[in-house]
Amino acid sequence: MQNLLKGLSRKKRNMVLGWIFIIPALTLILLFVIIPLFYSLFLVTQSCRGIVCETNFSGNIQRLIGDPQFLQALKNTFIFFLIQVPIMLTLALIFAVILNNPKLKFRGVFRTAIFLPAVTSLVAYSVLFKMMLAPEGIVNMFLEQIGIGAVGWLTHPTWQRITIIIALLWRWTGYNMIFYLSGLQSIDKEIFEAAEIDGASKLQIFFGITIPQLKPIILFTTVMSTIGTLQLFDEPFNIIAGSGTTISTMTLSQYIYNISFVYIPNFGYAAVISYVIMFIAALLTIIQFRIARET
Amino acid sequence: MKMKKRKEKFDLLQFIKLLPMYIFLSIISFICVFPFFWMFFGSTMTSNQVSSGTITLGSNLADNFSVLLEQTEYLRAFGNSAIAAIVTTILALFISSLAAYGFEIFKTNIKDRLFTVLLLTMMVPFAALMIPLYKVVIFFSLNNSLVSVILPAVATVFLIFFFKQSFCSFPREIIQSARVDGASEFRIFLSIVFPSMKPTYAAAAILTFMASWNNFLWPLITLSSNANHTLPLKISTLSSSYTPNFGVILLSIVIATLPSIIVFFSLQKHFVAGLTGAVK
Repeated sequence: MQNLLKGLSRKKRNMVLGWIFIIPALTLILLFVIIPLFYSLFLVTQSCRGIVCETNFSGNIQRLIGDPQFLQALKNTFIFFLIQVPIMLTLALIFAVILNNPKLKFRGVFRTAIFLPAVTSLVAYSVLFKMMLAPEGIVNMFLEQIGIGAVGWLTHPTWQRITIIIALLWRWTGYNMIFYLSGLQSIDKEIFEAAEIDGASKLQIFFGITIPQLKPIILFTTVMSTIGTLQLFDEPFNIIAGSGTTISTMTLSQYIYNISFVYIPNFGYAAVISYVIMFIAALLTIIQFRIARET
Repeated sequence: MKMKKRKEKFDLLQFIKLLPMYIFLSIISFICVFPFFWMFFGSTMTSNQVSSGTITLGSNLADNFSVLLEQTEYLRAFGNSAIAAIVTTILALFISSLAAYGFEIFKTNIKDRLFTVLLLTMMVPFAALMIPLYKVVIFFSLNNSLVSVILPAVATVFLIFFFKQSFCSFPREIIQSARVDGASEFRIFLSIVFPSMKPTYAAAAILTFMASWNNFLWPLITLSSNANHTLPLKISTLSSSYTPNFGVILLSIVIATLPSIIVFFSLQKHFVAGLTGAVK
């Protein structure tokens, strides 16, 4: 091989050799990402009942617009996104700022404890929460003992949503905090000292220095959380499942799963919903980049 | 002596000043850690003890263990998960870092453009890809086999990106002098570049292993038969049975979570680097 390439110029050599390194990965990406992406362009034009499909793109679009289950799933996904992501990122930022104070003792212990939920698998913690929040579970027992009374965490439509949000907060706040902590540690300490000497208050320092300095990381975590929330599946599937009504927590991913594997399979229509997710993800990402650029 | 005393007094003052913070952080930490305690204690109790709300060290751990092994095919699911995660990690590290090396060390215009296109595909959410991907898997008759779980996770654009970033700062002179010494390109990659990139490989390994070990939605779609189920599928099935045995379910969660916890506490630095990726 080496001898074969010896006669070639450096540039040609680079070209050929590089491809040999790249081709195994490229083949797999072609098979499992690029081809499915192009195939889905065909799928959206199909309307299927099981394995029998017919071409009916406009029918798919008409069904999408008037589909109450789709609208419900869209609404649920947006409720999770609009409520959970801001609360989580604010909490993560607050924890990070508190834990960045060098005068605080046991910082490592607190940091490890708050990060620990990020170690669990999504299914494991979902099942754990389902058991703890069961009608006669340990959380309700505690609430009854202190006089608040049992809560329908898994059964009442509004509480079901709150349950999912609490679960997501528990799992992901510490994870995001780690990003902010590493961001805070890379800010030049002299900036803070100079601000303190100039007599800036803690709040002024937070809004005037900390947040602007962390902007790239805040943007990154917001985009990641947005894409993650749009794809939410494991939590509503495992926490709310088997508790009667699941409509108030059904997400878009769950609806795709239902259309493809629970109801009579309609891969064509499922691909249409997939495109909706892709479109919303791209749109929200662009909006977030715009906001970050302007502020 | 006098100085020391003053310093202690100062610390105490500082401590009192920060007391609200300590209380706040303790409450938050308790909320974060309590489910773990509950899970560990619960796995040693009978189902009735768990649902009665007691939190003590029970004596039912061995019984729960034998129920899990004998009645739920748990060992098989554990084996499937382990095989899938280990094979995925080894292949992914090798193939993705190889590609990253090709993209970075043998840079050409075409390769750079191709890489930009690949980066764009990273923006596609998995939820948008899973149905056509399932069709591809069916086309190759790979559905209901571990291969369908392993292969799509082997070459990920994210991993290639992750490795490319670190190859970027590898000193070219070393590669150049190895070439002069007559080492083949593949040999240079295996015996010079690979060993000096161990922290990067460790972080990527943890990231890939965890993603495979914890993956739920994709295996749920492709692995229809019970015999091929992975751990997350098994846990999900156990918890949604009509007569759930809480002690047994909690033990199944403990066993599935333990590898991650052990890796986390023994390799904390790599673990965080792996989870948070190449962002710095």
